[in-house]
Amino acid sequence: MAEFSTSVKSSGDINIIYLKGYLDAHTAPILENTFSGLIEKGDYSLVVNFKDLNYISSAGLGVFMAFIEKIRENKGDIKLSTMSDKVFNIFDLLGFPLLYEIFKTEDEAINKFKEINKLENQ
Amino acid sequence: MKQLINLKRLINLKTNSKKIKEKELVVKSRTDNLSEIRDFVYNAASEAGFLSEVIENIILAVDEACTNIIKHAYRSYPEGEITINIKYTNKKFTILIIDYGAPFRPETIPDPDLQKYYQQHRIGGLGMYLMKSLMDEVKYISVPGKYNQVMLSKNLNITQ
Repeated sequence: MAEFSTSVKSSGDINIIYLKGYLDAHTAPILENTFSGLIEKGDYSLVVNFKDLNYISSAGLGVFMAFIEKIRENKGDIKLSTMSDKVFNIFDLLGFPLLYEIFKTEDEAINKFKEINKLENQ
Repeated sequence: MKQLINLKRLINLKTNSKKIKEKELVVKSRTDNLSEIRDFVYNAASEAGFLSEVIENIILAVDEACTNIIKHAYRSYPEGEITINIKYTNKKFTILIIDYGAPFRPETIPDPDLQKYYQQHRIGGLGMYLMKSLMDEVKYISVPGKYNQVMLSKNLNITQ
């Protein structure tokens, strides 16, 4: 059976979700639970790190669509980072770069949140 | 010994002249079988001689087809049967995926519209769109009350 797991690290108000393994129709509920847990706690500034993700199918992509509107309604966002070319190509094929900001590194995604917070506090 | 070598040569010649290889996997309609399906496709596509990038695309297309069967044809009923039959030559790699679930009408599935999904919080049709994008050919046959069949194919250009 394919393995998939998530882990979460906080950096101030920002939460980073690390994905590992194979994200398909079987494992997508694991990611759904991770998002639900964070949203319940009121954490809406989320960076997803794809570095250790080996595989994604449309069932996995669907999870990002399921939560994004609620997160943005609460002034948050899901920013994506550190994708392999293989995973990026699937996101790209389905037009996701129009809806999500995708960064080369986790730090760039975190900094984008920090810049926005700075502007709002001025 | 000599006879054995001749026999081997004969068998090789025969396989070479036909050049069709066939493999089949039958699994229950459960999402925890998707990884076995992907491994099966990986092995066959590797043997056929595709580049790793193309192998990954074929694996994803088959995963999407089987996920749709599990969710829609069998509506997550875990005891349905899915047959994945692969035939390939040095020119073409063809995957037939057969299920005995609810009839499927592909013409009723529109291409995905992400902006619309964004507002509906749900997503559908992505799998079919991916299959069409990643494969050279996608064909559906549905015989209501009997079976559904999706045929995916990818051309190979190996000159041997």
